[in-house]
Amino acid sequence: MKKYEYDVAVIGAGPAGLAAALEARKNGAERVAVLERDFEAGGILNQCIHNGFGLHYFKEELTGPEYAERFIRELRETDIELKLNTMVLSVSQNRHIIAVNPQEGVLGIDAGAVILAMGCRERPRGSLGIPGTRPAGIFTAGTAQRYVNMEGCMVGKKVVILGSGDIGLIMARRMVLEGAQVMACVELMPYSAGLRRNIVQCLDDFDIPLYLSSTITEIRGRRRVESVVISQVDKDRKPIPGTEKEIECDTVLLSVGLIPENELSKNAGIELDMRTKGPVVYENMETSVPGIFACGNVAQVHDLVDFVTMESIRAGKAAAEYAAHGEEPSPCFELFASKGLGYILPQRARMDRIGDFLDVFFRVNDIYEDVSIVVKSNGGEIARFRRDYAAPGEMEKIRIPKKLLTGNEIEVSLKGGDRE
Amino acid sequence: MKEFTCIVCPKGCRIFADGDALTGAGCGRGLEYVRSEMENPTRMVTSTVRLSGSQLPRLPVKTSAPIPKEMMLRAAELLNDVTVQAPVESGAVIVKNILGTGVDFIATKSVGE
Amino acid sequence: MKQAYDVIIIGGGITGCAAAYECSKYDFKTVLLEKENDIACGSTKANSAIIHAGYDPEPGTLMAKYNARGNELAHRLAKKLDIPFRETGSLVLAFSEEEVREVRRLFENGVRNGVPVEIIPGAEVLRREPNISKQVKCALWAPTGAIISPWEFAAALIETAVRNSVECRLMSPVKRINRQDGLFEVTAGGEKYRAKYIVNAAGLYADKVYEMAGGQGLHITPVRGEYFLFDKTMGGLVSTVVFQCPTKLGKGVVVAPTVHGNLYAGPDSKTADARDDTSTHRNELEYIREMAVKSVPTIDFSQNIRNFAGLRAVAGEDFVVGESAVENFINAAGIKSPGLSSAPAIAEDIVQILGRCGLALRRKETFRGERRVLRMNEISFEEQDALIRENPSYGRVVCRCQTITEGEIIDILHRPVVPRSIDGIKRRCAAGMGRCQGGFCEPRIHDIMARELGVPMKDILQDTEGSYIVTGETKED
Repeated sequence: MKKYEYDVAVIGAGPAGLAAALEARKNGAERVAVLERDFEAGGILNQCIHNGFGLHYFKEELTGPEYAERFIRELRETDIELKLNTMVLSVSQNRHIIAVNPQEGVLGIDAGAVILAMGCRERPRGSLGIPGTRPAGIFTAGTAQRYVNMEGCMVGKKVVILGSGDIGLIMARRMVLEGAQVMACVELMPYSAGLRRNIVQCLDDFDIPLYLSSTITEIRGRRRVESVVISQVDKDRKPIPGTEKEIECDTVLLSVGLIPENELSKNAGIELDMRTKGPVVYENMETSVPGIFACGNVAQVHDLVDFVTMESIRAGKAAAEYAAHGEEPSPCFELFASKGLGYILPQRARMDRIGDFLDVFFRVNDIYEDVSIVVKSNGGEIARFRRDYAAPGEMEKIRIPKKLLTGNEIEVSLKGGDRE
Repeated sequence: MKEFTCIVCPKGCRIFADGDALTGAGCGRGLEYVRSEMENPTRMVTSTVRLSGSQLPRLPVKTSAPIPKEMMLRAAELLNDVTVQAPVESGAVIVKNILGTGVDFIATKSVGE
Repeated sequence: MKQAYDVIIIGGGITGCAAAYECSKYDFKTVLLEKENDIACGSTKANSAIIHAGYDPEPGTLMAKYNARGNELAHRLAKKLDIPFRETGSLVLAFSEEEVREVRRLFENGVRNGVPVEIIPGAEVLRREPNISKQVKCALWAPTGAIISPWEFAAALIETAVRNSVECRLMSPVKRINRQDGLFEVTAGGEKYRAKYIVNAAGLYADKVYEMAGGQGLHITPVRGEYFLFDKTMGGLVSTVVFQCPTKLGKGVVVAPTVHGNLYAGPDSKTADARDDTSTHRNELEYIREMAVKSVPTIDFSQNIRNFAGLRAVAGEDFVVGESAVENFINAAGIKSPGLSSAPAIAEDIVQILGRCGLALRRKETFRGERRVLRMNEISFEEQDALIRENPSYGRVVCRCQTITEGEIIDILHRPVVPRSIDGIKRRCAAGMGRCQGGFCEPRIHDIMARELGVPMKDILQDTEGSYIVTGETKED
C-alpha cells in the first residue's frame, strides 16, 4: 500500500476543491493534494456547458467548462498534486485517508488538514414515491445532462420535466436545441425554485409550459416511458382528484433537489446538520472534527458557483493555517435558523476567529416581499436587514459586525413580508 | 399587449407593453430590459460538436457574442455537421460567422490528445 | 435449424435456473429457454429475497416439503456458489392475544415441518431488536430464516449450469409446442428445439406454455406485491427478517434488511390486471407504510430510495410440481412464496421425476459445482492493492454508493450468461442499487458495456427488450 503525507488533502476537484486547494497553497501549505474520482478535474462544471457562471467572481460571463478551466490552469502552474481516477474510501478523525486508483492501487494518506469538497447528488425518483411503472426513460436532470453534453447521447424525443430547479430548466433548453420536444415543466410548489433568468430563457423562449402547484402522479409505460399523468396539488401539496391530465412523452427528467454528498463525513463521525444535510461548520468552514473542513455543495447546496468559490477560499485558507499551527479550543457560540429560515450556515462561530464581520448564509422557506431579517443575540435584537424580495431559490447572505456579537446564541428570523 | 418577465433581479416583475407604453416595472433597469427585448432580443447559444481523438465524443462550444433570438435553433443546427479533431484549445473558432451575424462558435474547453 | 436435446426447460426464473443447475450434474443434454434478454426477469426479479425457514406452509403440502429442504440446500449453495446470503433468522411478531395464538399455531406447524422454531417473550424480542415496537407480546423465532440476493442466486445457478454444458437461450419466447414421434418440438426465438422432456418453469406464463403442449386445467393468477426500499442509513434498523402475524385482515408486511445493507418494507397482496403489471400504487404503498410502522415505528420514510412491485404466480393453494397429464411434460408451476426458498428442492425433485419418466440419470464426472466471485469491497486493502497492480481496472470505482469497480463490471460481461442491460449488471453486483439509484454510475456503466461488448450506446438497454435508454446520438439529423 502506497503511503503519502500532505499538509492539506482536498477530496474532490470540482469548483470547491480546486479553489480550496489553490488557496491552501497560497497560504503556506507546501504539500497539497487534490483527490478526484473522475478522469479530469472540474467536477460537475464539465457538463454544465451553458453560460452564466462567473458574473460575481470574475465579473464576466463564462460557461461551466471555462469557469473550471481558469482554476485548472492556475493549479497546473503550482506544485499541487492532482490525483485523478482516485476514489476516497474513508477519512478518519485523525485525518487518515484511504483511497484507491488504477495507477497506484490502495493509498494511505496522512494529512495535516482535510478539506471535504465532494459536492452533492441528485434526489432520485424513489425519494418522491411517484406511483406507476418503472420503465426506462426516467433520468435525473444531471444524469441526462451528462449523457447529452458529454457522452453525446440523446436521452429522448418527447420530454416532461418534473421540478423547476435550474438543472431541469437548463436541460429543457438543451433538449430543444438538440431537436427534442419538451412538453412541459411541472413544479410542485406555487413558485419555481430556479433562477428567473432560466425560466425566461429556457422555458418562455421556447414556449414550454410551466405548470405550478402540480406534480406527476403516475408514470405509464412498461418498457420505456409512454406518458405521465400530472395533477394539480392543494396547499398541502396533495394531488387534487379530478385534475389529472395525461401527457404523452418518452422521457421524464427529474430536477427535484440536490443532497450534499456526505457518506465520508458521516463515516468520519462528523456532526451533520439535519437542515443543510451537510456538516455543521464553524465560521471558517471547519467541521466538528478539528482539522477537517468542508466547502461548496457538500456543506450547503449553492445556486451560484461563484459563491462556492468564495466559500472554498475561506476553507482553504483555514485548512492551511490548521496544518501549520494546529488550533487551541476556544469558546464558541451557536447560530440558529428561526422563523422563515430553511437553514443557517455557519451553525457555530468562535469569537476569536471572526474578522470585523461574520458572514452568515441561509435560505428562506417561502416567497417573501418587503421582509426584515432580524438577528437576535440571547433574545435581544442586534441587527436588522431589509429585503424587497426573498425566495427559497436564492441563497441569502448577511454580514454581521463583530462588535454586535456578544451573546452565546445568535438567532436569525424573518419578520413581516408574508404574501397574502 | 405583450407581457415580459423581467430577469434583471430575482423579483421578476411582470411588465406589460402596450405599444410603447410599459407598465408594471419596479425599476428603471426593468424598463431598459424590456425595451431591448422588444427591439432586438439576443441570446447566447451553447451546445456541443463532435470531437474525435479524445476520451469523450463531444466538445462544448458557445457563441462568441449573443445572436438574435430567432436564430438560436438554426444556429444550433449548423453544429450537426461539424467534427473537431483533438487537441483543441478553449476559445478556438469552431464555426465562423454564424448565419452572417459576424458571431462565431468557439470552443469552451481545452482538450488534449 | 432443429436442435436435439433430452430436456428443454422453459423459463429462466429461479425455478428454471435451479432446474438447469440440477440437470447439469447429469450427462443428458439440457437447454433452457428464456423469453427475456436476461434470466430472473419475472417473479425472481422482485420479491422479498427471503430464504424462509419453512414453519409457515401447511404440513403435507408440496410447499412444506420443498421449503424445509430448500432452506437447507440454499444454505449450502450460497457457500458453494458464492451467493450473497446472510442467516439472519426470522421473527413473527404477536401484538394481541389472537396473534399470540397464531404464533403458537405457527410454532406447531414448524415442529411438524421439521423446522427449528422457538417462541420468545416480548422482552427478549426487544433485547435482540430494540427498534421493534414496544407493543410486542412475543414472537416466533426461526433461526434458519435467511436473506439472499435472488438475482445472484439465479445467476449463480445458471452460470454453473452453463459451465457444466447446459445451454441457455435468452430472447427465446416459446411460440409453439408440437409433438412428433414421442418428441416435443418447441419453436422459440426463431429456432426449433426437440427433446423428449419438457420442464415447464414459465412462472407467470406457465399455464400458457402448458396449453401449447395440449395441457388443460392450469390457471395462473398474477398476484402483485409492492415494496419500499430504503437507504443504507436504515439498513441497521433490524438485523433479522421481521414478519407480522397473518390475521383475518391480511398477511401483514415484512420489514427486513437486504444482503446489500438496505432495508425494505412490503409486500401487500393484490390480484394484478395483467401478467406484466408491476406498477405501484399510492393506496397500496400507503397501506404498506401503515403496516410497516406497526412492527418498526421508527422507519424514516424520507429515506425511501425506490418503490417496486413484483408478481407472484399463483396456481392455487399449493405449488404444482410433477409430471402432468401430458406425458413427459413436467410442470413446476404456481411457484408463489416460498418459491425462492423452495427452488433448489423443487429442482432436485424435478430430476427424480425425469428419472421416473424414463430419463437415465447418470452423474457427470466432470461436474464442477464451485463458483467464486471477486467482490473488491469484501477483501482486504492488501488484497485489493495486489489485484489492482495486476489489473488496474479493479482500481477504478464506478459505483460510488456500493463501491463497485470497472474491473468487476468487466468480469460480469465475461461470465457465461451476459446481460445487455444496465439492470442486468445491477442484479449481478448491486451497482446502481444505492442511494443515488444509478444517477452517477449509469452513464459510466453504459460506456463500459458499449465498449466491452463492441456495440453502440443505443444498443445497451435499461432492462428488458424495448427499454432503451438513449435514442441515438446528438448531432444526428
